[in-house]
Amino acid sequence: MPGRTNRSHLLVYGLLLVLAASMLFPFYWMAITSLKGKADVFSTEPKLLPGRQLAERVVDDPRWFFHSGTGNYSQLLAWQRLVEPGSGPRGFSRFVLNTVFFALAITLGQVITSSLAAFAFARLRFPGRKQVFFAYLATLMIPATVTMIPSYILLRELGWVNTYQAVILPSVFTAYGTFMLRQFFLTIPREIEDAARIDGCSPLGLYWRIALPLSTPALAALSIVAFVGSWRTFMWPLIVSSSEDLFNLPLGLSLFRGIYTDPDWPLLMAGSMIMTLPMILVFIVGQRYFVEGIRLGAVKG
Amino acid sequence: MRSRALGIAALFLLPNLLGFLAFTLFPVVASFALSFCRWDPVAEAVGAIEPVGLRNYQDLLGFHGRTDPGGQTSWVANTPRFWESLYNTVFMMLAIPFNMAASLLLAVLLNRKMRGMAIFRTAFFLPSITAGVGTMLLWMWMFNKDMGTINQVLAWVGIQGPDWLQSYFWAKPALMLMASWASIGGVNMILYLAGLQQIPRELHEAAALDGAGHWRQLRHVTVPMLLPVTFFIFIISIISGLEGGFDAPYVMTGGSFGTTTVSLYLYRQGFEFFRMGYASAVAWVLFLIVFLLTMINWRLAEKRVEY
Repeated sequence: MPGRTNRSHLLVYGLLLVLAASMLFPFYWMAITSLKGKADVFSTEPKLLPGRQLAERVVDDPRWFFHSGTGNYSQLLAWQRLVEPGSGPRGFSRFVLNTVFFALAITLGQVITSSLAAFAFARLRFPGRKQVFFAYLATLMIPATVTMIPSYILLRELGWVNTYQAVILPSVFTAYGTFMLRQFFLTIPREIEDAARIDGCSPLGLYWRIALPLSTPALAALSIVAFVGSWRTFMWPLIVSSSEDLFNLPLGLSLFRGIYTDPDWPLLMAGSMIMTLPMILVFIVGQRYFVEGIRLGAVKG
Repeated sequence: MRSRALGIAALFLLPNLLGFLAFTLFPVVASFALSFCRWDPVAEAVGAIEPVGLRNYQDLLGFHGRTDPGGQTSWVANTPRFWESLYNTVFMMLAIPFNMAASLLLAVLLNRKMRGMAIFRTAFFLPSITAGVGTMLLWMWMFNKDMGTINQVLAWVGIQGPDWLQSYFWAKPALMLMASWASIGGVNMILYLAGLQQIPRELHEAAALDGAGHWRQLRHVTVPMLLPVTFFIFIISIISGLEGGFDAPYVMTGGSFGTTTVSLYLYRQGFEFFRMGYASAVAWVLFLIVFLLTMINWRLAEKRVEY
């Protein structure tokens, strides 16, 4: 019955389109608002298709977009408050740089430490392996609310409050990543390992030349999870940093919103765009691996 | 040979193990000990930690009798604010079943063998991958009383919308709506999709031969086959519901209008009022609730999932 199949396909497509449009509308609204002036949001009557005015302006004069349309973005990136002495870029552009640095450092750290440990759990035989691995698994259940107070005390005793390493270090060690990579390393065929061993390959060589290259999908999945997670992290940086020089975008945006009693929504939406767009791009580029990573990580269920 | 193997393994494990000891094992033990102590990190050094026995737990969970002028005695919580935050947290978790049903429906739609499904999957997933302070500001703007999208849409159909985030009645539903947007197309949907793809085709074919339509196949084949993954998602949602919910109220309402969750309450006690021992007790009460629920759920799952 091709007719019936077509009609039901059409129905499903229609439903999916409506659902996708309503899920994506907030992003569209964020982008449109970020290009407006502060007064524009007050003067306009509600429109059936928001953004038509903007489109008309751009069609009228394409240069407008780069001259005034992106004004909120340049205003934000130039924004700074001179509160405390210091060096380097300050204010909002500093928040952006901090976020990039935190995300890259935490991602790299997670990939290195968890792949090393996962290799030991999956590919080396040593006394106590099962017990140590079980202890790792058990920690997946422990919530951050339990560990954050003593972790803060530890960093305070080390004199590290308000330092970059205080934000980065506790997030570098991940039981989840270790577990996920171990599942993947276990699937590497024994024969490959044996052949390499006969050729005189050391454990470190096995890790570097066999396990890692064969696991690019799993490593990519972990990297994306780590990158997005550390890009938007809020609670831990809030606990260990009070100096604005250490703020990432989430802390910076939250600070920014609090400064004005009468919020400049277009400006704030430009900030939201700056925080949100990189996550969208990273996800779209690596989503194939990301979806695979969720499946690998959920096998524990 | 044994000790050499151990040595090599130790080298591989060392970086992760050090972090695990410093930021997981030590904190768990220390937090448990601290929950029986009183300590203010601003006023005192670490050496001044003072054991107080069960007092933190008494303050937190205990009740005391109070006699009013009429001579009537009633029981009052020692810390009503904690119970209030627990109530707020549990209230906002009432959205979990609806979110799960929505995730399942999206997954069923996406599971069709049709062109372009990957694009829709990406679209549904975007809210969950981007959820953070950026999207919270976006929702604050959409919830705005006069210019926000939501009230403007309501105005078209003749409804005057409330001031969502400044109302005791609407603040919780507003946060729940935002959380639903950020979760229904996310990890849960992907897990359901993976579960759907594992259901043998023959089951649906057999049901179709017996004359079952789409709806009855969904009810009598798909849903029962997805019971294990449903339990898994349910447990994870309950755990993250109880422990999470910090960022949104902190950024969007500051915890006003009945939106203080347990984790926000804990943060305030620990890092704003510097009652570290008391805050640790809150963390352990939360942990124990989560632990018990997990155990109960696993027991139920074991019994029900086997046929």
